[in-house]
Amino acid sequence: MKFIDEFRDKEIARGLIQRIRETSTRPIQLMEVCGTHTVSIFRYGIRGVLPEHIRLLSGPGCPVCVTPNADIDFAIALTREKDVILVTFGDMMRVPGSTSSLQKEKARGGDIRIVYSSLEALTIARENPGKRVVFLAIGFETTSPTIAVAILRAREEKLRNLFFLNSQKQVPPALHVLLQSKQVRIDGFILPGHVSVILGTEPYRFVAEEFARPGVVTGFEPLDILQGIWMLVKQIEEGQHTIEIQYGRVVHKEGNPLALSKIHEVFETDRAEWRGFGWIPESGYRFREAFREMDARKFDIEVEPSIEHPECLCGEVIRGVKSPLECRLFKVACHPENPIGPCMVSVEGTCATYFKFS
Amino acid sequence: MNIEVINMCLGIPGKIIEIKKNVAKVELGGLLRDVSLDLCPEVSVGDYVLIHTGFAIQRMDEEDAKETLDLLRQMAESI
Repeated sequence: MKFIDEFRDKEIARGLIQRIRETSTRPIQLMEVCGTHTVSIFRYGIRGVLPEHIRLLSGPGCPVCVTPNADIDFAIALTREKDVILVTFGDMMRVPGSTSSLQKEKARGGDIRIVYSSLEALTIARENPGKRVVFLAIGFETTSPTIAVAILRAREEKLRNLFFLNSQKQVPPALHVLLQSKQVRIDGFILPGHVSVILGTEPYRFVAEEFARPGVVTGFEPLDILQGIWMLVKQIEEGQHTIEIQYGRVVHKEGNPLALSKIHEVFETDRAEWRGFGWIPESGYRFREAFREMDARKFDIEVEPSIEHPECLCGEVIRGVKSPLECRLFKVACHPENPIGPCMVSVEGTCATYFKFS
Repeated sequence: MNIEVINMCLGIPGKIIEIKKNVAKVELGGLLRDVSLDLCPEVSVGDYVLIHTGFAIQRMDEEDAKETLDLLRQMAESI
């Protein structure tokens, strides 16, 4: 068992497709919350094998895409400080801020280091005691515990020159906003697999109880996605609305309690600004008192006023209200070589996925 | 792997080859990589774990995976 190829079996996929076709009778719209789902859905041609009346909408689950310009501008301003090393996941480099990007700042001589893991920021801080090292902390619940571990270790080691620009987000409150706004009809959620490895299913209970919608925590291989859709279709046809787990090989009801405890040790819940949504209550984190000295937001720096490209529809795309195909910039002015919005930058951004597969 | 194009959201299953303190050597698509066990300490050599940004975040449950596949296979064959 390698946990990958087994879940790409063609015969089983055919069976699932047939089950979905037999079970589904009415037009429905399902939202895949996670950008990695969007990529898998396109890569394996899943839209093409579903009955035409099942429509899949792409949701807000790309942390790069939902990072607001104000935070990118803050990171850019940090790189212009002579004694700052900015440490970031590679995905953020090309994301345009209001007038620049981290990639452009690096070309201009800004000291920006790309890492794969938050722990690498500790090494950089140790090796550069005369510099202020700032980790650009973006991500959803999957990533937050890894950032919390880095913060806890930095405190243990008494690393005084490591700071965090916190722009982390919590997924469930965004789903609440989507359901409440009613701008787009969502009959069920393909819930994010890896966010739920940490969260478990409890935080999604409101989807079923308050809004009477089903949700299925789903994995990322083609069989996972087809089974997740089948489970949703069955619930909808039977008039049920519960939160189920398709991705049981790695997601448990209670999530990962140790990882959750690390997040809660370092952070408390706070509002957060999302691209496309604005401020969402209880959808982010702030440092607990004991860790506030590591908060890079307290730096006294000048950040340019944030502006958005007037024609970019990234915000609407993130909310599932518009498809990239409805954007006037898509493929014309905005493409992966010259992205105008973050949805075209991130490898799991909806616009980048449409560009690659359409 | 080119880290500039790695999607930070990705979670990938990898097999634990060796454990030293809270770091595991994990086989990931033919490459060996050090992975922190801070978030998933109760694992053994031979286990598969889900890896995200250099951390194991959960042990993969082989029993569950087999049960799911068996169930789906039976369903596909019964059509």
